[in-house]
Amino acid sequence: MDASYALLIAATLNAGTVLAIASLGLLINEKAGIVNLGAEGIMLCAAIAGFATVVATGSDLMGFMAGIVAGAFMAGIFGALVIWLNTNQYATGLALSLFGAGFSAFAGINYVQAKIPERPQFEIPVLADIPFFGPALFKQHPLVYLTVLFAGALIWFFYRTRAGLILRSVGESPESAHALGYQVRLIRLGAVMVGGALCGLAGAYISIIYTPLWVEGMVAGKGWIALALTTFATWRPARVLLGAYLFGGVTMLQFHLQGVGVDIPSQFLSMLPYLATIVVLALISRNPRWIRINMPAAIGKPFYPGS
Amino acid sequence: MLKLENRPQPSAFWSYGSPLLALLCTVVIGVILFAMLGKDPVRGLQIFFWEPLKSGYALGELVVKATPLLLIALGLAVCYRSNVWNIGAEGQYLIGAVAASGVALMAPPGGSAWIVVPVLVAGVLGGMLWAGLAALLKDRFNTNEILVSLMLVYVAVQVLGFMVYGPWKDPNGYNFPQTKTFEAATRIPRLFSGSRMSIGVLFALLGVAGLWVFLFRTRAGFAQQVGGLAPAAARYAGFSSRGALWTAFLISGGLAGLAGALEVAGPLGQLTPYVPAGYGFAAIIVAYVGRLHPVGMMFSAILMSMFYIGGELAQSRLGLPKSLTGVFQGLLLFTLLGCDTLVNYRLVWKRTAGAK
Amino acid sequence: MTYPRLQLTGITKAYPGVVANSDVSLTVMPGETHAVLGENGAGKSTLMKIIYGSIKPDAGEIRLNGQPIQIRNPKEARANGISMVFQHFNLFDTMTVAENVWLGLTRNSLEQVTASIVAKANEYGLDIDPARPVHTLSVGEMQRVEIIRALLTRPELLILDEPTSVLTPQAVEKLFVVLKKLASEGCSILYISHKLHEIRELCTACTVLRGGKVTGVCNPQEESNASLSRLMIGAEPPKLEHKAQPAGESRLLVSNLSLPREDQFGVDLDGIHLDVRAGEVVGIAGVSGNGQKELLYALSGEDCRAAPGSIRMGDKDVSALHPGSRRKLGLHFVPEERLGRGAVPTLSLAHNLLLTRTGSIKHPKFAGGWIQVKKLEEHAAAIIKGFNVKAGGPNAVARSLSGGNLQKFIVGREIDAKPTLFIVSQPTWGVDVGAAAQIRGEILALRDAGCAVLVVSEELEELFEVSDRMHVIARGKLSPSVPIAEATVEKIGEWMSGLWHTVEGPDAGPPQVGEAPLGGAATRVAAERGGQHHHA
Repeated sequence: MDASYALLIAATLNAGTVLAIASLGLLINEKAGIVNLGAEGIMLCAAIAGFATVVATGSDLMGFMAGIVAGAFMAGIFGALVIWLNTNQYATGLALSLFGAGFSAFAGINYVQAKIPERPQFEIPVLADIPFFGPALFKQHPLVYLTVLFAGALIWFFYRTRAGLILRSVGESPESAHALGYQVRLIRLGAVMVGGALCGLAGAYISIIYTPLWVEGMVAGKGWIALALTTFATWRPARVLLGAYLFGGVTMLQFHLQGVGVDIPSQFLSMLPYLATIVVLALISRNPRWIRINMPAAIGKPFYPGS
Repeated sequence: MLKLENRPQPSAFWSYGSPLLALLCTVVIGVILFAMLGKDPVRGLQIFFWEPLKSGYALGELVVKATPLLLIALGLAVCYRSNVWNIGAEGQYLIGAVAASGVALMAPPGGSAWIVVPVLVAGVLGGMLWAGLAALLKDRFNTNEILVSLMLVYVAVQVLGFMVYGPWKDPNGYNFPQTKTFEAATRIPRLFSGSRMSIGVLFALLGVAGLWVFLFRTRAGFAQQVGGLAPAAARYAGFSSRGALWTAFLISGGLAGLAGALEVAGPLGQLTPYVPAGYGFAAIIVAYVGRLHPVGMMFSAILMSMFYIGGELAQSRLGLPKSLTGVFQGLLLFTLLGCDTLVNYRLVWKRTAGAK
Repeated sequence: MTYPRLQLTGITKAYPGVVANSDVSLTVMPGETHAVLGENGAGKSTLMKIIYGSIKPDAGEIRLNGQPIQIRNPKEARANGISMVFQHFNLFDTMTVAENVWLGLTRNSLEQVTASIVAKANEYGLDIDPARPVHTLSVGEMQRVEIIRALLTRPELLILDEPTSVLTPQAVEKLFVVLKKLASEGCSILYISHKLHEIRELCTACTVLRGGKVTGVCNPQEESNASLSRLMIGAEPPKLEHKAQPAGESRLLVSNLSLPREDQFGVDLDGIHLDVRAGEVVGIAGVSGNGQKELLYALSGEDCRAAPGSIRMGDKDVSALHPGSRRKLGLHFVPEERLGRGAVPTLSLAHNLLLTRTGSIKHPKFAGGWIQVKKLEEHAAAIIKGFNVKAGGPNAVARSLSGGNLQKFIVGREIDAKPTLFIVSQPTWGVDVGAAAQIRGEILALRDAGCAVLVVSEELEELFEVSDRMHVIARGKLSPSVPIAEATVEKIGEWMSGLWHTVEGPDAGPPQVGEAPLGGAATRVAAERGGQHHHA
């Protein structure tokens, strides 16, 4: 088979991983009932934080940590406002995204032309030498594989552990969970911060591994697509993973088509991921029953203990 | 410990006071930011809050920047009061600009000045079309309008890119991605000479009055808002939620498209890839800080344009990056949301007695 | 000396604007079934939440078995042997019974919990399947889950908050059997209710609350309904005058209305026949969750999917008409939910008029119809005065009113429109006795003036008081009507299980007793001719 298809698959896994990490994080806080529209802003700030850290220290790991911390911190502020002051979740998330866009542009001013050391080539020994499947699947950054494992871990967590059940109950009916004595607010804050940390990791991955540079707005809507993914996947981890790879594929398709010489103006190819998101949302939202039975019932609604 | 206690009736004092408190918090954080960046905070405050008000011409510039913000925010206020989350005003603005450019490019040299009318109408229709897409998807497929309208912004940017790199590229433009400059006749007339304010200001003021009447004195405006306040009550009353959805999207799309047309056929005079200036997103902040009220939004539009102009001045005079504007704008919205809590809640010092 | 199981002394709890509990003292002995009696708003729920640890009191002492104790949260309460079954269930719809019970316990594994559920259920004769998702259960079955969850904590004190409002009379009897067994094993029971006859049947001690204070402690077995009522509201229950009068022409005719449910957790309507005439009150009894909500949506016009001809007002077919059009024909409706459906919480009373009354709008047919604010405020003020609503004026926001006063305003708003057909759902739920009496009086006055009235209610006493004829709704089907003189609690209770076709005859077995399950669950349909049982 053509070697370029192997590269296409590899690129798809790479692109899909960004979406998957962010979307799985958002899934965690949505299961607890909180929608964080600030994903895009978090990812942008984490991208610059991670990039700047790698420039300063030369260590990828420190860069990822910086992204995680940035994400958790921003999500923490969002969580404090939304959970304790009961501000409107959608508006506050939007504010976070707008602020994040502005702040990342501001903080990244000195890093636009900066370079980081050459990215190492990752590959799994032995497996990487298999013809076609080797280059397609086994020459990825470790995070790609960790993401798949993480999705599996989440499935186990949500559906087989008591802690996961408690988290889901908080998202179903925080009032009932509170009446049963669970610390709804703290659980929600935890979920929001973990979600933010994962969005941060995804953002750092973009600027450190995916396209190792910094440019204003480089996340290009992936945060929003990650949000759409949780709905598209009807809040199930395995489906989130599949959806992420699907979108990664669509994103890669535009480069592949351009490379192959298909005669469509580049702008239309660039539209593909966004149009695909719209189509996919329309298809899944058509049936309100699917949504109702899978969506955490209390999503987006404020919770007032002691009422 | 400090606790938040519910107020039986929302506080009128804090309804006005909250945006001011938010502004104060933003200014304080700004001062800290200036100091951390090694710049004189007083000079920074002066640039942001005094320079834009200094002269008649400066005030005019303020109004020029505020006009598109206010126009778009008026439409967004209708949306948010109806619980329709139109986040894609930026895309509707762009398509309005593209549509208006299309008509402007068709104008023959030396044509009648009345061509301005179809140019503006095209802008309105373009914006409505783009907003209508999001409304249609919500209506037919129940898709989340936040994500759809936002995705359409990215699509709109690509549409704009296609037009200026492709079919509309100026043949005499040295291969730069831009259309040719529009004929003089298509340019939006100025209000009076000596200032760049255009008749767009009149539209904005009309819009303020119109929105006030619509929201507070018409049956349709009331029905629109009940849908956002209590959907079950709207259904009980027999108000059409479908009608409310389309009304909100079409009005806001039309206004955003109008703003796009006024910009591109006004100060810009041609279509370029730099048309997206983020007004569609800044207008979201204008709407909230202005409490979704027509008069409040007039003030918040002026405030936001002060941030814009201040940012430009800070770049040229203090060497600070222009993106500072974005930081302040985002900060303002954030602090506003926090301060808004005081409208419905009271901070009290509570002693809780355990059973002894 | 035997210590009291529970002793409260001087409990006080105040909220902004209202003192919920004022210096309340309560003593419950081991094995005692102790009633806490009081009308809506008397402070019963607050007191129970304090005992259960959901709320902290401002002052006062709690002693458990003689030892002073501080209960900081429900987990601690459960650890101390206090368990509570709330009026509004704390259940998670999309999870199974076993998962729900597990969440209420601090025990180990799901398998162990499932086994305990089965054992406890058998011990007390409570029929429940641990693997079923909660949204498939009937309301009565949901309560059983709550009770089992409470019992599995091996409580010394079990609190039940208004447990019978969701049960048929037969199911109430079954519940009492369980409670009596529990009490005989030494568990103390706190039974919160405002239903006098139940308290007199079940309880051996009673503390009466009024306005947050204790007005009396007694043994209900030695009291009469009248004396308990005097302690509860300071007077005898007001008597309503209900004169018989002949009914006039048909104002609402529902013929064979069948409607699939909108909401997947809802109930399908099946072949409903209903006729409401001028000058009469028709009541529909039934435990919530049997199709009342769906029927009312179809009648009010909020759901327009009814087949043509199935709903008529007079000679007009209104099946597909929207609420506004039905209002123009004289139909006015007061829904069960006040805040959020009958009124917008953050709007003023005056603006809430605009939901159903267009009198203050000039040219209401046009989108641009002008709202005459002054006229609106005057209209609202008139309704406030005429219906005795305690509010801060026509500009007070709806959510600042108490439940009873808001209901008075909404009822007043609709009655003031001089309807020809008046439909009301749960007219006095959560409303204090005084307001409840006023509202029931208004309903009768409307009827005396010639309006056709339809009342849907869970409270049988209320329906007996105001109706001329009664139906029962069960599992989406409507029974035939019975004149009020011939209706008894037992008969209505049977009908609530769907058994209105029981045929008297040598082949028919004894009437089956049970809950009225929801659609989707295995149901036991009424015994048809010859005593056949049909399992769906």
